[in-house]
Formats: sequence, C-alpha cells, structure tokens
Amino acid sequence: MLKLLERLGDFVLYYVNQAGRMGIFLFFSLINIFKPPYKISPIIKQIYIIGTLSVFVVIFTGAFTGMVLALQGHTTLRKFGADGLLGSAVALSLIRELGPVLAALMVTGRAGSAICAEIGIMRISEQIDALDCMAIDPYKYIMAPKFIAAIIAMPLLTAIFDVVGIFGGYMVGVGLLGANEGAYFSSMYNDVEFNDVYMGMVKSLCFGLLIVWITSAKGYFIHLERGGGFGAEGVSRATTNAVVLSSVSILVVDYFLTSVLL
Amino acid sequence: MNEKPVIELIEVTKTFGSEQVLRGINLSVMEGKTTVIVGGSGQGKSIIIKHILGLIKPDSGKVLVYGKDINNISKKELKEIRTNFGVLFQNAALFDSMTVYDNVALPLRERTNMSEKEIGEIVNEKLALMDVPGSNDKYPAQISGGMKKRVGLARALVLNPKIVFFDEPTTGLDVAKSNEIYRVFFKSQAQLGYTSVIVSHDVPKIFKLADYVAMLNNGIIEACISPEEFQLSDNPAIKNYVETTMGPLYSSEGMEGG
Repeated sequence: MLKLLERLGDFVLYYVNQAGRMGIFLFFSLINIFKPPYKISPIIKQIYIIGTLSVFVVIFTGAFTGMVLALQGHTTLRKFGADGLLGSAVALSLIRELGPVLAALMVTGRAGSAICAEIGIMRISEQIDALDCMAIDPYKYIMAPKFIAAIIAMPLLTAIFDVVGIFGGYMVGVGLLGANEGAYFSSMYNDVEFNDVYMGMVKSLCFGLLIVWITSAKGYFIHLERGGGFGAEGVSRATTNAVVLSSVSILVVDYFLTSVLL
Repeated sequence: MNEKPVIELIEVTKTFGSEQVLRGINLSVMEGKTTVIVGGSGQGKSIIIKHILGLIKPDSGKVLVYGKDINNISKKELKEIRTNFGVLFQNAALFDSMTVYDNVALPLRERTNMSEKEIGEIVNEKLALMDVPGSNDKYPAQISGGMKKRVGLARALVLNPKIVFFDEPTTGLDVAKSNEIYRVFFKSQAQLGYTSVIVSHDVPKIFKLADYVAMLNNGIIEACISPEEFQLSDNPAIKNYVETTMGPLYSSEGMEGG
C-alpha cells in the first residue's frame, strides 16, 4: 500500500515538475523573441525548415482532403437536394476545422519530430551546455527563431491547405461528379464569412506555437525524461512522445478554441 | 605569495539518486595557474567542472567565481561571468551541423559586433594556432578525434577567455595526438596567459603542465598541491594513486628506497 502511494506520489510529482518546466520554457522562449539582437537569417532558415519543406506534404494532404470532402458531401447533400451547397460545405469544413488541424498534424509529423530530435541530440552531446558556457543563451539562439518561424509558417501553410483543398473539392465535385460550377463558387462566396477565416487563422497560429513549444521542450529536457533520456533510444523515445503529445494537444486545444471562437 | 583564487569551491556536496558523488569539496583555483584534477574513473571529476560552469547546482555548499556565488546570482550575472570562460568538453561538443569554421566563428558572431572579415581573420588565426589547416569547410563528423579536440580548443579560446576548462583533453587519443594537444596547450597558454582547470587521467604526463594537482577521492579533494609534493605525499590515498598510476618508482617510498 505504502509502495503504491509512493509510486503515485512519484508519478504526480514528475508530471507537476514537467508542467512547471514546460511553462518556464515557454516563458523564456517568448521573452527571448523580443530581446535584441534581432537576426533575420536564423528565422528565414527555420521558416524554410518548418514551412517551405512542409509545403509539399500540405498540398498533397490538402488536395485529397478537399477531394474526399466533395465526394462525401456530394453524396450526402444530393439526398436532400442540396448539392448546390457543396462549395460552401467543403470550404467551411476546410477553413474552420480541417485546414488548421490537418496542416498542424502534418507539420507535427514532419517538422515537429525533426525539431525534437535536433534539440535532443544537441542536449545529449553537450552542445547546449557548450552554448551556455559560451554565454550564448540557447533560448535566444535556438528557440526564439523556431517560435517566430512556426508562428509565421503555420497560418501560411493552413492557407495553402485551404486553397488546395477547395480546388481539390472543385475537381471532384464539379469535374467528376457533375455538380454545378457556378453553384460551387457562389455558395462558397455567400456562406464563408470573415469570422470563419479568422477562426482558422487563430487556430493555426495557436497550433504553430503548440507544436514548436511541445516538440522543442521535449528535446531540450530530454535528459530529465522519465526512465532516462540518453542515447539514440532516448532521442527516439522523446521524439515519439513529442509527436504524440503534440498531436493530441492539437485536437484538445482545437475543441476549446472552437468553443471560444464559435 | 600574491596568488589569488579566482574559483573557490566550499563544502560542495552533490547526490545523484542514492549515490553521493561529492561529499564536501573544497578547492581553490589560483589566477594564471594550471590546476589539474586527477582521480579514478567515475569519481565525479567532470561533475566538479560542471558545478564551476554553473551547469549543475550543488545540494549544499558554495561555488565562488571571482568572489561571486554563481548559484545565488541572476541569470544575467551568470552570463557575464561565463564570458570569462572557455571550455573544452570531453567529446569536444562541436555543433555537428556546422562546419569547423562556423563552430569557431559562432562565439564571435553571437557575442561581438565584428564584421565577417574581422571574424574570418580571428578564426583563421586561432585555427592556425591549433594547427588545424585546410579543414574550415569540413563538418565535425569528417575530422579525426584529435582534430575535433583542437577545433574545440580553438573555439574555447576564440574570445580570449580568462579561465579555460579542459575536460579530459587527451582521452581516447594516441600518444602522438595527446602530445600534440599538450603542445598546443603550452603554446596557447604562453600566448594568452589564461587560468586553466584540467580534468585528466593522463598521469604522469599531465604533471608537467600542472602548477597544482588536486586529487578527488571518495567525494572529497584529498589535497591541492604542487606536482612534486603530490608525488612525494604521505597521504595514503595519494600514495596509492601515485603507485598504481605511475608505478612505485615515482612514489615517496620508491624514491626513498631507490
């Protein structure tokens, strides 16, 4: 019984500690965004890594998401004789919900895992200690550019996802299933409001922050991971945990953001 | 004696899990001198350096650098103190996604407002001092262990630090390569005049470099004395260490007997 309580206490303490660490990590990362010196080239490099290199996967998933939405939407809407609303159904689903969420999940898988592994390896090979000893703040040098890049890149990737998705929906809905072209675009024009776009963009901003926060903190604190966080296995475990935690957090935060913004 | 301590450890203790690694370390490092910390493997020698660098906080005790307790100062003050440091890590800790040149240039780019031209001159000068020619565009994975250490040393010295830490500078290198490291150490210290703290296993060779030798044994510093005194010490732990690492010839008994 005592052992059970001990374990429970240990478990709770670990997660309270971790939450505290993550909070402090976010605080220092955000503070360092505003601290001089301001250097553009590291930010551009990170935008390339997080954003540009994710464009292909975002276009690919965006196109197929739009296509399947049109396929499902057309079949369902036709039952009610509302197939003229296909355009607005596809656009609203993408802009408000699927665009930000799926783009964020794709970026988590592609760039988030890379961020965690990179920082984790820097930690275990003492590169972060070396930065500290050179009086170079790792939060300023490593984290701040990644945070800025994610905040810039994520809404842009989401916008690309939305546009490609809408076009994919058009190809399947209008091109393949014979929905009316004019109705597809006019329903979209009538039903999509600024608030919908705003909601999508706020979500994508928050998800960008969430992804870079969780994945880089998991890498940064890899040495404090439960059950040891060293070596190749430690990095792989931390990366997996970071991707899972980041993906789950995106879906949870999405629910709460929707309920606030709706 | 006008030597003054730049680093002082006072009754520093540290426990990892159930193992008490440091049991009350007292050590003073004198300005401009070379202090070598020796001791068996796994005794916690590198842990002492990490305490001085502020990478690990002690459970109790004080770590004073230039008279300031580095665990009771602001992040900004710690950063200021660290501007005096140069560190050669055990595995060199080079940034593996940067070239040799960029590794050495990094402290200059991040901590000074120098132009790329000025940075280039200093980096090439330091790399020449360390005898690392023609490797500017190579990545750490493409150069040998000895070269990595020399690049690490070039990076540690690039901002002309006042105190340089060497964590096992010659571990894993053959005799010729470790001699090379010692040669560049001599050359650079003569030129730059820094205080140095070296953690090493390389006894007795390392004694030639040392002004003071401190021995870590069972979590305490047995003594911090000159290499000559160290080799002739009557302290049983030191005597035993000298005998096992250097042979009885070098120990006080051996000398008396022979």
